[in-house]
Amino acid sequence: MTAFPLRVAGLSWQVRLRGTVVTLGGLLLLGLLMALNMRLGDIEMSLGEVVRATFDPADAGHFVVMELRLPRALTGALVGGALALSGAIIQSIARNPLASPEILGVTTGASVAVVAGVVLSGSAYGGASGLFSAVGIPVLALLGGMVGAVTVYALAWRRGLDGYRLVLVGIGVAAVFTNVKYWLLTVGDVNDTGRAMVWISGSLNGRGWEHVGPVALALAVLVPLTLLGTRSLAALRFGDDTVTALGVRMNPARALMILAAVLLAAVATASAGPIAFVALAAPQIALRLARCPQPPLLSSAVVGAVLTAGADLIARTAFSPLELPVGIVTAVLGAPYLIHLIWRARK
Amino acid sequence: MTATAVAPRLHDLHRRRLVVLTALLAALGVAVVLSITIGAKAVPLHDAWRALTDPTGTENDIVIRSLRLPRTALGVLAGLALGVAGALMQGHTRNPLADPGLLGVTQGAAFAMVSSIILLGAQSVFAYIWFGLAGALLASVGVFALGMVGGRGGPTPVTLALAGTAVSAFLYALTSAIVLLDEQAMDVFRFWQAGSIAARGSDVVWQVLPFIAAGLVLAMANTPGLNALSLGEDVARGLGQNIALTRAVGVTAVTLLTGASVAACGALAFVGLLVPHLTRPLSGTDHRWLVPYSGLAGAALLLLADVIGRVVAHPGELEVGVVLALVGAPFFVALVRRRKPVRL
Repeated sequence: MTAFPLRVAGLSWQVRLRGTVVTLGGLLLLGLLMALNMRLGDIEMSLGEVVRATFDPADAGHFVVMELRLPRALTGALVGGALALSGAIIQSIARNPLASPEILGVTTGASVAVVAGVVLSGSAYGGASGLFSAVGIPVLALLGGMVGAVTVYALAWRRGLDGYRLVLVGIGVAAVFTNVKYWLLTVGDVNDTGRAMVWISGSLNGRGWEHVGPVALALAVLVPLTLLGTRSLAALRFGDDTVTALGVRMNPARALMILAAVLLAAVATASAGPIAFVALAAPQIALRLARCPQPPLLSSAVVGAVLTAGADLIARTAFSPLELPVGIVTAVLGAPYLIHLIWRARK
Repeated sequence: MTATAVAPRLHDLHRRRLVVLTALLAALGVAVVLSITIGAKAVPLHDAWRALTDPTGTENDIVIRSLRLPRTALGVLAGLALGVAGALMQGHTRNPLADPGLLGVTQGAAFAMVSSIILLGAQSVFAYIWFGLAGALLASVGVFALGMVGGRGGPTPVTLALAGTAVSAFLYALTSAIVLLDEQAMDVFRFWQAGSIAARGSDVVWQVLPFIAAGLVLAMANTPGLNALSLGEDVARGLGQNIALTRAVGVTAVTLLTGASVAACGALAFVGLLVPHLTRPLSGTDHRWLVPYSGLAGAALLLLADVIGRVVAHPGELEVGVVLALVGAPFFVALVRRRKPVRL
């Protein structure tokens, strides 16, 4: 008995045992990583000290935990979850394990907007104030991401939204954005290039409560909605004609799921930059752990959160006082693990 | 369907293929002429011809022989190499998202290059190319070895694609860490990333030529086997194909072609991602034609983009990679929208 039906108000899902175990195990691991994230840093605390600092505003560690470590760790976990969920949806719709939010134009559009902002404003020498980096960059990222997504969506739409055509159009649009970004990186001052590179890699440096809110809201709304759409995603494994015969209305279902993927990626990118590898790898790791034919949405999100929270713990503490962008560490941790899973499956 | 009805159709097909091949060759010829005559200093056609056949040391002769000719030759070589490598890569992984750098070749080259800067203080294009080539070869061998482990008959398309992507991401992360810590490496890397065939000199052309020539021969030899593999591995096995060998030859060809190109010109591999999608509607799924079409189209596109980059930013230049994307991608998207895509 590896799967059982779950029925709620006339809707039913197949609940797979392995997938459930992966999700719950991942959540446990995430809790552990969050606790470590609270304890470790320039000032090391015991778990008791963390608890005391959390609930006592007069405690010396209160500010460190509540204003620095907690919002940053939460941002990391939420952003990782959102990107992974976005990736899982796209990989299911495109029926392609190499698909990621990049082909939706979201992350690449955001990157161009932010790099243009950083490089063209010449902020390396104090040209732009702290306000620009606090408010300007997330807003630029969100706008750029939306422009990118609308471009891809509009160009790929032709009497419906064919998964294969979406992928091809996405490749073309991503090529334009990516190369404009490369060009922008060559025209500016090398210091600006460095700052832009940190953001492009994905960084949680200095992230506070203002970054937690938007991603938390997006996940709270979109996770239940995407789970409702799981069935139509599962049906998508078959050809379009079969799907229609199965009674799933193809175009509305696909368009809504893509919209959800776009919003998740856009909000996550605005908060922490495009952490490219999480969106691609977390769904692939999750489907290998849960042994199901396509990325399981909930498990993917949990795996993405674990990967990002764990990577940020290392990014923050391993080379102190130097800080690596979290996006670099996610790839250094996640890639060998994904390779290990592929390798194990081959044997 | 009787045999008599089939024969004229086959005849038509062959004729159409020769027409397409001729058209692509003509386009490449036009691109070469433009690349030699247009630039910061416009050179009339007969002067250009004299510079190539009977140089007398005039200013035009020097510009053409020492700058334009090597640049054009490198553009043709890299374009051929990346177009061919892209078609092979998409065929072997059966994935429209596969680019020639998928096996870690591009990121392997980048990582080796920036490492040579910080560890050995390498500073010449010459050094970058050899380190880049070595890095590309190592990364690709690593990915292929990973894909081979434990399986019979070579890596499956999905394994190859995913293992390559993971290795690429890993290497790119290391490269990013290095360039963030070292300003000189960052400065070299950002220009390498944009891709260029300018200012490379003829010695670079001679360095990459043997690798690309070998890669092109292997690629063409690989096409019949790839056709069989496209029918599915079981069918290919039934047809007597040695699957592991076919995959190994394909990967070797892609590595030589892409490694030499990105080491010499920077991260232009995405050309190889777009071009096969442009040529597939012309060739259908037969790799014996798709591969040469993609090579010729890649070379013509790369040269044209390079010329446009010289014209629009006159008297400066725009990197060829950037122009390629700006010119190639809209064309590509229009094509995708116009017809039902040929699936892999």
